[in-house]
Amino acid sequence: MTQRITIDPITRLEGHGKIEIFLDDQGEVANAYMQIPELRGFERFCLGRAAEEMPRITQRICGVCPTAHHMASARALDALYHVDPPPAAHKIRELFYNLFTFEDHTLHFYFLGGPDFIVGPNAPAAERNVVGVIGKVGLEIGGKVIEARKQARHFMAEMAGKAIHPVFGLPGGISKPMKSDLVDALRKAAPGLVDFAQFSLQAFADIVLKNQAYVDTILADHYAHRTNYMGTVDPDGKVNFYRGQLRVIDPSGKRLYQFEPREYLTYIAEHVEPWSYIKFPFLKTPGWKGFVDGPDSGLYRVAPLARLNVADGMATPRAQEHYEQMFATLGGKPVHSTLATHWARLIEALQAAETVERLANDPEILSPVVRRLPEQPPTEGVGVVEAPRGTLIHHYATDAKGILTMVNLMVATVHNAAPIQMSIDKAARGVIHAGKVNDGLLNQVEMAFRAYDPCFGCATHSLPGEMPLRATIRDARGLIVKVVERNSRLMV
Amino acid sequence: MADKPKVAFYWCASCGGCEEAVVDLEENILKVVDAVDIILWPCAMDFKKQDIEAMDDGSIAVAFINGAVRMSEQEEWVHLLRRKSQMVVAFGACAHLGGIPGLANLNTKQEVFDTCYHDVPSMDNKGATVPGMESTVDGHSLHLPRFWDTVKSLDQVTDVDYYLPGCAPPADLIWSAINAILTGQLPPKGAVLSPNKACCDDCPRKDSKPDKLEITEIKRPATHLADPELCFMAQGFICMGPATRGGCGNRCIEGYMPCRGCFGPMDDVFDQGAKFLSAFASILTPRDEAAIDALLDQIPDPTGTFYRFSLPTSLLRRGKMGTPV
Amino acid sequence: MATAAFEPRIVAFFCNWCTYTASDLAGTARLAYEPNAPVVRVMCSGRVDPQFVLKALQEGADGVLVGGCHPGDCHYQEGNYKALRRFRLLKRVLTQFGVEDERVRLEWISASEGDRVQHVINEMTGQLRKLGPFHQARS
Repeated sequence: MTQRITIDPITRLEGHGKIEIFLDDQGEVANAYMQIPELRGFERFCLGRAAEEMPRITQRICGVCPTAHHMASARALDALYHVDPPPAAHKIRELFYNLFTFEDHTLHFYFLGGPDFIVGPNAPAAERNVVGVIGKVGLEIGGKVIEARKQARHFMAEMAGKAIHPVFGLPGGISKPMKSDLVDALRKAAPGLVDFAQFSLQAFADIVLKNQAYVDTILADHYAHRTNYMGTVDPDGKVNFYRGQLRVIDPSGKRLYQFEPREYLTYIAEHVEPWSYIKFPFLKTPGWKGFVDGPDSGLYRVAPLARLNVADGMATPRAQEHYEQMFATLGGKPVHSTLATHWARLIEALQAAETVERLANDPEILSPVVRRLPEQPPTEGVGVVEAPRGTLIHHYATDAKGILTMVNLMVATVHNAAPIQMSIDKAARGVIHAGKVNDGLLNQVEMAFRAYDPCFGCATHSLPGEMPLRATIRDARGLIVKVVERNSRLMV
Repeated sequence: MADKPKVAFYWCASCGGCEEAVVDLEENILKVVDAVDIILWPCAMDFKKQDIEAMDDGSIAVAFINGAVRMSEQEEWVHLLRRKSQMVVAFGACAHLGGIPGLANLNTKQEVFDTCYHDVPSMDNKGATVPGMESTVDGHSLHLPRFWDTVKSLDQVTDVDYYLPGCAPPADLIWSAINAILTGQLPPKGAVLSPNKACCDDCPRKDSKPDKLEITEIKRPATHLADPELCFMAQGFICMGPATRGGCGNRCIEGYMPCRGCFGPMDDVFDQGAKFLSAFASILTPRDEAAIDALLDQIPDPTGTFYRFSLPTSLLRRGKMGTPV
Repeated sequence: MATAAFEPRIVAFFCNWCTYTASDLAGTARLAYEPNAPVVRVMCSGRVDPQFVLKALQEGADGVLVGGCHPGDCHYQEGNYKALRRFRLLKRVLTQFGVEDERVRLEWISASEGDRVQHVINEMTGQLRKLGPFHQARS
């Protein structure tokens, strides 16, 4: 008799999902499915809207990475209106974007996907969250994480109105120049962000890389897939979050394509299944082959690991050192171990912080010229950025008055939808045997998803200065397991 | 240890921005966690649906529900949480007004599916597959929730005690609301937890607004530069401030962009979009129909602008009706 | 719903000084017209908040008629110009909502034009009989 196990809802991520696992008579996994049970329909209800409103509409696709949509949309508007922003506008946008990438990546490592890793894959559910992380890294460090995020977001709000749903993106630039006191504050704060990014990598080395069991988990076969990879690179072939060309490599690391964003339709398409509302992109050559990896796979992955796989290196010096160390440790490029994404993510956070430092000290960002008005009527345009979760494509067409007639959005996580489905299925087969199912094992299945999709972590405790901390640890039924006060050590 | 009130956070058709807004409480989160037990928060904690189903009715003190109601599963969760909770707060513009997902009420369900699963240029779907509620894969039956014809606000689905406006609600407003709930110092049921005055009241550009606003030309942010200090309306840019409740800190104005109305209307207004339409039309200068129409031609998308966040809670609620599927 | 049995309900907002007086005149002159348009008297067409129009549709009206003084004749100088501007903008919004053009109408009818009241109400009633009931808001 087939047994059916449902994980509903999946947790510690942004968005809704459920996992259905079917066991055969021997208690082995026959099939597993990750179903996305929601659809909102942006590609339809944005038709008829004014194009310049899109940065403020499409960012409501995701309140965790609204900046990614806002920026991809602004880039699409630049293309749509055939207008190139002035250099200062590009730099300010890029500065803003790297602030965001830094804080989003940092948050994910400590509070979302990180707990599985930092606290341990088999830790009790009650500890698989920020409280367990703080117990592992210490209260002081927990406070530093909150502070780093807070700083970055306050700068973002000053630059663009708000951190959640910023407002300043327009065709040809931005609405608001930088004020000199803000730039001074940024210059002072930037080295601290770089330090913290380096600290995070050190924490990763101490907690994860020095623990052989964790390293084995990273390299375990049931968390690996040999897929193609896609990411954005700058003219030197280095990782860039804000703009560049798209590059695709095959599972062996061979470069397949490199193209301008506007050419994306030549290379990728989307597939539909009746059992999930999400779409499944694939490479047009070799085409849709189903949820399989390997040399004939049509699937490709995006996000930090993919970006590091496709690029020739990082664009900043300290991040580059870590890039080299990661690939040396994991046996060369490309790396197929999904959980290595956590490491790649921290390397990207470091590049983001270094980029913030560089741009904050660029005198051009003080220029008042941050906007170039369009001179031609709008027609069609594609904008691409690298969201923390992966490549994000906005494609618009309008009539001559700039009213949208076509909207196509290929959102970062969607590129990974088929790989995620594959990962869930493979992880389930890998960890569930002989019908044995428990909370820890089911969480190991969920871990396969979490590595792909940084969402938001609950910074449930903010620890500036002398504020007391009392952490209450509950089990999955809400019953209190343990209470920890500030000066006591949490025993894991 | 004394029993702390149980608190739930849930999201319907949501972007997650309201969750981020809670995290933006920063230091104050500590006080919240000290004062309450969070027993549901899917984005951050591992409590599952059966944990809530197992609770006694009314045992949750407050459920903060964000997101619009778009899918049948979201409506089920709303009814579940209403049963289990003493108080339900509509958190954020989507729960309060319908929000951005509410723009889909100008389309039919068929149109949404046709576009998303067929018309977009990246689609490769010659078999015209469409996600359905029931499907059989590899011999297993899988279920998906139903996509309703119409997006609804939270109070169109269940009884709502209070509304916390904004997209997303600002941290200080969230903090005031939580404090008010914990100390029992709430206004009468049904209140929107932000002052009953227009955004214009606190706007940093208020002093530059002339007593008599007259618009002879309507400008679009795409094609015009805005003066960084003057009232947007006085310059001819559409700004929803006059028809929008204040309390947001005028953050969009501080970002040098006009208001788009996310806090919804003030008390005693049925339809935010109609209210703004009335005010805006009043201050246009032309008097003859041809000149009026020529000026109105300069507004690219009246409905999508005036009803950006409030379409499901407008008087008409939706555009052409969809075919039930 | 059988179209033969359907009788449209129109809510008419008439300004006191012109159109309402004209409808009185139609009455005293015994000009018969369709009974489908109960009248709400307002002091000026500029008093008609677009919310009135939408609320009427939401609450069961199949059409809304607004009557005011001819441009230049407003008892309060500016009121009917405001009404005209609001109406023209409201029509665009209604089009985006998919509301048929015939359902919401603005007419300038002076105090002496009782026959015009007769004509407009007859015409609008006939058009709405053909269009059928207004469904949208009652989902």
